[in-house]
Amino acid sequence: MQYTNIAYVLAAVLFILGIKKLSSPKTARTGNTISSIGMLIAIIATLISFELLDFKIIALGMIIGAIIGAIFAIRVEMTQMPQMVAIFNGFGGGASALVAAAEFFTKYGTSEQTMFLTGTIILSVFVGTLTLTGSFIAFGKLQGFISGQPIVFPGQKILNAFLALSLLGLGTFVTISGIQDLNMFYGIIIIAALLGVTLTIPIGGADMPVVISLLNSYSGIAAASTGFVLMNNALIISGALVGASGFILTSIMCKGMNRSLTNVIFGAVGLQNDSSGGEAKQINYKSSTTDEAAMIMDAADKVIIVPGYGLAVAQAQHAVREVAEQLEAMGKKVLYAIHPVAGRMPGHMNVLLAEANVPYEQLKDLDEINSEFEDCDVAIVLGANDVVNPAARHDTSSPIYGMPILDVDKSRTVIINKRTMNPGFAGIQNELFGFENSIMVFGDAKEMLTALHKDLKELS
Amino acid sequence: MDMINILTVLILAIFIGFEIITKVPPTLHTPLMSGSNAISGIAIVGAIIATKVSGEVGTWLGLIAVIFATINCVGGFMVTDRMLKMFKRK
Repeated sequence: MQYTNIAYVLAAVLFILGIKKLSSPKTARTGNTISSIGMLIAIIATLISFELLDFKIIALGMIIGAIIGAIFAIRVEMTQMPQMVAIFNGFGGGASALVAAAEFFTKYGTSEQTMFLTGTIILSVFVGTLTLTGSFIAFGKLQGFISGQPIVFPGQKILNAFLALSLLGLGTFVTISGIQDLNMFYGIIIIAALLGVTLTIPIGGADMPVVISLLNSYSGIAAASTGFVLMNNALIISGALVGASGFILTSIMCKGMNRSLTNVIFGAVGLQNDSSGGEAKQINYKSSTTDEAAMIMDAADKVIIVPGYGLAVAQAQHAVREVAEQLEAMGKKVLYAIHPVAGRMPGHMNVLLAEANVPYEQLKDLDEINSEFEDCDVAIVLGANDVVNPAARHDTSSPIYGMPILDVDKSRTVIINKRTMNPGFAGIQNELFGFENSIMVFGDAKEMLTALHKDLKELS
Repeated sequence: MDMINILTVLILAIFIGFEIITKVPPTLHTPLMSGSNAISGIAIVGAIIATKVSGEVGTWLGLIAVIFATINCVGGFMVTDRMLKMFKRK
């Protein structure tokens, strides 16, 4: 047993070192390998030191799991990473809940069923189940199985409050009085599962980065509570690391939208609101073609590319890299401006562009890039909307007021590619489109960039 | 192991987590998430232990838990590696 615990400490140290190496893209891959070695050590130590394990069941489970996991990992496209992370959060939470439930059934009715054990089991089962169902809903929304629009119904908040309170009440009661009735335990599972669903369905597509980060955090909390159930350090430390990671990403995402976590979870922002739509100002915009855009870019020295979710939807990451390389071949300086909430998960754009072989030094985050727009000749906005809306700076009545934005309007010319004039996620018009220095080029991002690439080539 | 000990472990781990994760640059936030997904697959340790449960319910729960946790570990580490391989310098 002593050796097992030493192995667990070693595994935890390797996880910490692995994450530490994620501080730079140069060492990150080694870091991931180090973490996976830590996991292997923890698994082997468990397999050899516990008695009465059912190796047939374990081998069966591991083979099935490894095949499914590998298929996911190999086949997923980079544009689909948010879905994949969402569903994996669910599996993690589900695994923790199942382990706690198994422990419950072993100890149920024995003298080992202490108040501490019951309490921690209920916590793991609750958080784990909520993570499982919440993540599956998030997955469904991102994959398009369920509408990405917020789904709301009258009395939703009251229902959520009722579910949360009854869960709290039942959990506390059962912990203090001990479980005499299995139905109480099942009741907790059912309520937690429902709560996962009802908390996630009202959240709109563009708020997904927050939800995924939050569910990531929950999966860590579930693992840590299961660590308490089993009195196992490996689970507690790893769970705490994952929980902290998810929590930090959640707060970065909230800051990126200048919204509180409560507002994201309960706000149902993005709901198309008919009553306010009537008085929307008509925007007079200039629409243009790719060959005019190419001519403007030909005269530029510095170009900043601003990718948004539209780029991911159009799978235009390779096309944008070709345009950027062409511009560089013509002697221009090219940078990419990445807003923290661009895309559907933290770092989504960076991964997409890395896939298209864009060197990571060219990707600049909000703080680095905003001063660069002042002397920028052309900013080209691809499928991004709310993150470049100047109303966030001055219009106190705007729903996105106060949100940090990319100051593309300070560039000499802004070329905006969108499919249509439809407003962005927040359902508000973007005054940027009507600015004197703005030019709209409509169309699918991939087709537009391919055409632009051709036009640029002809000019050079 | 008593409760104070494991609480100490938990609290110190949270502090370490905050310390190292704030140093991860935004460009690596997606690999951070998928990598931490893989680490939360540590529930596999609990899942393996759960299979020893003699009662049928426990064993079946253990099997599903092993499957879920293995998906997390294998899928999480593999996809993170696949992504990190793509981050290149000029």
